[in-house]
This record gives sequence, C-alpha cells and structure tokens, in this order.
Amino acid sequence: MFEAYLAILKRDLILAVRRRSDVFTTLFFFVIVVSLFPLGIGPELKTLRLIAPGVVWVAALLASMLALERLFAVDYADGTLEQMLLAPQPLSVLVLGKVTAHWLITGLPLVLMAPLLGLQYDLSIEALKVLLISLLLGTPALSLIGAIGAALTLGLRGGGVLVSLLVLPLCIPVLIFGAGAVEASVSGLGEVGHLYMLGAIVLLALLLAPLATSAALRVSAE
Amino acid sequence: MLQVVDLECVRGDRRLFSELSFELLPGELLHLYGHNGSGKTTLMRAICGLIQPTAGEVLWNGESSRKLAEDFTQEVIYVGHKNGIKDDLSGIENLRISCALDGCPISEQQAWDALEEIGLRGQEDLPTQVLSQGQKRRVGLSRLLVHKARLWILDEPFTALDKAAVGFLQSVIRRHIDQGGMVILTTHQEVTLTEGQVKRLQLGWKEEGHV
Amino acid sequence: MNSRLINWFKFSSPASFYPLAGKMVPVFTLIAVMLIGVGLYMSFFVAPTDYKQGEGYRIIFVHVPAAWLSMFIYLVMAFWAALGLVFNTRLSGMMASSLAPTGAMFTFIALWTGAFWGKPMWGTWWVWDARLTSELILLFLYLGFIALQGAIDDSRRSDRAGALLILVGVVNIPIIHYSVKWWNTLHQGASVSVTQGSSMSSIMLWTMLIMALGFWAYAIAVALSRVRSIILERERDTTWVSELAEVRR
Repeated sequence: MFEAYLAILKRDLILAVRRRSDVFTTLFFFVIVVSLFPLGIGPELKTLRLIAPGVVWVAALLASMLALERLFAVDYADGTLEQMLLAPQPLSVLVLGKVTAHWLITGLPLVLMAPLLGLQYDLSIEALKVLLISLLLGTPALSLIGAIGAALTLGLRGGGVLVSLLVLPLCIPVLIFGAGAVEASVSGLGEVGHLYMLGAIVLLALLLAPLATSAALRVSAE
Repeated sequence: MLQVVDLECVRGDRRLFSELSFELLPGELLHLYGHNGSGKTTLMRAICGLIQPTAGEVLWNGESSRKLAEDFTQEVIYVGHKNGIKDDLSGIENLRISCALDGCPISEQQAWDALEEIGLRGQEDLPTQVLSQGQKRRVGLSRLLVHKARLWILDEPFTALDKAAVGFLQSVIRRHIDQGGMVILTTHQEVTLTEGQVKRLQLGWKEEGHV
Repeated sequence: MNSRLINWFKFSSPASFYPLAGKMVPVFTLIAVMLIGVGLYMSFFVAPTDYKQGEGYRIIFVHVPAAWLSMFIYLVMAFWAALGLVFNTRLSGMMASSLAPTGAMFTFIALWTGAFWGKPMWGTWWVWDARLTSELILLFLYLGFIALQGAIDDSRRSDRAGALLILVGVVNIPIIHYSVKWWNTLHQGASVSVTQGSSMSSIMLWTMLIMALGFWAYAIAVALSRVRSIILERERDTTWVSELAEVRR
C-alpha cells in the first residue's frame, strides 16, 4: 500500500520535473497577484502592513485553484486514471499520493515564496515567521479540499471555473484561520490558537478528503 | 470463474442491455460482438468495476466482485481504448509504475525483458511521446507479459498494431488461455484459437445477450 | 420525519411516486397559503409594535423563518444525498436537486430581508456579522451545487456528484460557521448582533413559527411539483410515462 503511495508520488514528481512550466505558472500567478495589490491600493506602508496577511492568503488560495483543474484531468485523458481505479490498492491512498505530489509541486513553492512577498508589505520578521507556518499548515488543506472539487468536475465543460466555485466556499475556514494567525501575531494577540485550529482542519481534511475524492473519482470516471 | 448475472446498463437515456447473463470458466475466451454503440465497452467496464451497473451483478468465484473489491481487482487487467501510459515517461518507467500500482513490482531487468519481448527493442528508455501509435499500444500491452492477473479484459487490443505484433499478441492470449486464464475481448479481427475455448456473445441484437 | 421516511421507501420508484406527489402538491399548497396568510395577518396586525425598533422590525417575520428554512433545506438535501448514495435509489437524487433552487431562494430572501432590516436598524445594508456571513457562504454552497448539476449531462452522474458535494458541504458547515463566528468576534468593528434575545414576546414567536411552517409547506409543494417534472423528463422513454393521461393529451 505504501509502495503504491510512493510510486504515484514519485511518478508525479518526475512528470513535474520533466514539465516544469506547470510549476512556474502557479508560482508566477501568486507573485503577480500579491504584487498587484499595492498598485491598486497605494504604497502607504501602514495600509499595506494591515492588509498583507489577507492579500497573501487570498492570493495563495486563488493560485492553488489555478493548478487544481489539471490534478486529475491529465491522468483521465491518457487512461492512467482508469488503471488507478482498477489497481488493487485503496484508491484513497493513491489519491493521497497524488495530492502530496500536487502540494509539493504547487503548494510548497508558494509557502517558500511568501516571506519574500511579505517583505514587500513591510511585515516584521515575527509576522513573516507566522505567515510561513500558517501557509505551511494551510496549503495542504487547500490541496486536499481542492482535490474533491477537481474530482467532481473531472471532464466537464468549463471545469476550471466550476472547480473554483465549488471549492472556494469550502476553503473559507482555512483562509480565516490562516490570515487570522498572522493578523493576531501582528496585533499581539498571539497566533497559537489560530494555528491549532488550522492544524485541526488539516488533520480532518487528511482524514476525510481522500475518501470523498476517491468516491467522486469513481462517479466521474464512469 | 466469472459469472455475470442479469446485468443491466444504461448510458444517458439508452438502455444498452438488460438481463445479460453468462459465465466464463478458466481456460475460456469470450469474444464480444456487436455493432458500434451496442455496449461492448460498457459491458467490459461494468465487469471490471469502472461502471456501476443499474441492475445485476458480477460474481467472481461465487462472490460479488464489489464486495471482494481489491481481491477482485488484483485478478483483473483491463486494457481500454486509452493506453494508460504517460507521454513524458519512458516505456520502462511506465511499465514499472503500472506494475507497482498493480501490487506486483518488477525489477528494471524484468521491464527491459518484457519490452524487448513485445518488440520495442531499442526504444525502451525513450519518452513514449516520440513513439508511434502502434509502439505506444505495445507499451500499454506490455503489462500483460509481466502480470499475474487471471482475467484479461481487452477492448480492441489489436488497434494500431502491425501484423507481427497482432500475431505476437494472439500467441500471448493463447498462452494465457492454455494456462487456465480467462480473456474477454472485443476486436474486429478474427482471433485464431482452438475451437471450444472461444465463447461468443452478440450484443445489440434483439436487445439481449446470447452466448 | 420518520413517518415520511417509510412512505418514501414504499414509493421510492419514480413510477409510483409520481401520482402520489401529484396528490400531495395541492394539499401542501393549500396548507402553505393558509399558514402564510394567517402568519402575515398576525405579523402585520396582531404582533405588537416593538418599543425599540418601531414597525420596521416586522420584516423579521419573513427573515427569520426564511433563514431557518435555508438551513433546514440544506440538511434535508444532505439526508436525501446520503440515502441516494447508500441505497442507490434514483428518487433521492431527484429530490435533492428539486430542493436546491428553493433552498437557494430562501437563502437569498434571508439575506435580502436582512439587508432591508439592517438599513434602518444599523444604518447600513450589510454588516459582516457572523450570521450574515455564514448565510452568504450557504448561498455559495447552494449555487455551487446547482452549477455542478447543471454542468453534468448524465443524470446518474449529476445525482451522485451532487450528493457528494452536499455531504462534503454538510461536514464543512459547522466548521465554516464557527470559524466565521470566531473571525467576527476578533474583528469587533460593528458591535451589533442579530439576536433578539429575551425581548421577544410569545406572540412574535408564534407568528414566526406559523410563518416557518407555511414556508415549509411551500417548500414541499414546490419541490414536489419540481420533482414531478424531473421524473417526467428522465423517464420520458418508459411506458408508464407514455400511458399517463396528461402526457397522452
């Protein structure tokens, strides 16, 4: 079972390395969106510092939506998804392998880039640290929840827009606690509570999302 | 032994077949006939579990295939219209990954041997996107050589293959049957096998299946 | 709920449910008209004027029942969704999709009347109050469900995919609600709350209950007539549909 998890993980990572453009589009989108806000709002540092956590988090949310559509679509098109559905392995384990790879490819780069973008907004070192931790905890949950939407919309016309419509409302708690942690740290309230909640959400998503995703894949691949 | 009991499948608004029953014993090949759209592919996908039939069930050694779940799927290999290979991976990588997924990991040497046997010598470690349609098909079919599944479900396996490859695949199928395996097959080509091993099922004819 | 459940199982085939629903629609329509009529009369003429909020508060007799119904309908949809996934009954999926537009409508009414109420009370159309925000997200969930079902052509897939989405949503709703609540208490900008608290007299409560029951009967009537259309559409090729009097005409 664990071998199958590793096989899928390794396969998707190799594929990503051979087709690097996918990784960079997401990251580039994230960077651009975050950098656009000061242009729209004005360069005053006090305002920017105030909105920084929300901006970075919303941008991360949107960027992770961007990559979702392709999560299962390629496998569906070339028939490897059928093999996964018929493999004598629990499908949720394979799904977890795919989601892990997806997070490593699209989520982790965002997390690592975020502190750099936070500097543009004049966040303190302490706040940057919390931003990093909150994204590190939160983005896996985004990938997990997003996988459900990607599986439900597999092969549908306009699936890319639809997936955002389905997934974004479900991601609101992650956004609230993620951005809230940074804000709480900036305002001196302490970020621990938020981070615990974020951790709890990730655990819950880790438990339930692969099951829901595999059920959705079985429905969609018929 | 595979038994199909009163199977019914509906696609969209159309009932493709209903009350379809047959059984397949070890050492038998079932050849599905029927015009385009008569439900051959749907039947195959329903048997291997990709489609949930609207009625009826599939039994494997007397037990429901849905209940057996992974104990059933490890006995089955399905080769559909799509090759199930990744364009960016080489033949070797594709074969080894699909075997790992199927729960029977193979060594790199075994993968090389299998691909050489199926006639891809010299192309084993090229990304499959540079291969021709027929060569890609061969990569997809190479699973049959290393797999221990007893039931093969092959949907048009001969498409895009050249004469030599068709002959080779037929011999592989024959060997599998002789060793007590089971095969369900659709093809527009005649398969040369010993009479008595082959069952025929006509679909889309009087809306009911006949063996 | 329980007695209804048994009925549904007996009538879980569309062919036998269709005429039953046809008989139930007028009954529930009548109940809805009567209850809503009585409820509206009570809310306008019987319920006393609130000493703090004046006449404008009367909109809560629509607002609160609509908000209740918006949540209740989602739960009922989740119930049908679970039933459909477990027992693979065709009718369950049809019930869930026939309820969705009504649920979305009540959510929208709740938001809209909330805004109308908020303007004179708080001086603004919209506050990011925890309940309003949760209600807004509920509307998104309804719209997502409707959009997903609209995008899928195959009816079996759309039923099952929709059912999964609703169940995922139901697990998520408490989390969303509490996160929004927490978020709201942290941002103590507008310190207003929608709660009426103890100031509510029993006549007000009764009026709200009657209105809620009236809305509930309306929802059932509308959902049933909608499910009848869905049944006809999906089963149009079957013999029992072609033998129906209204089809032959």
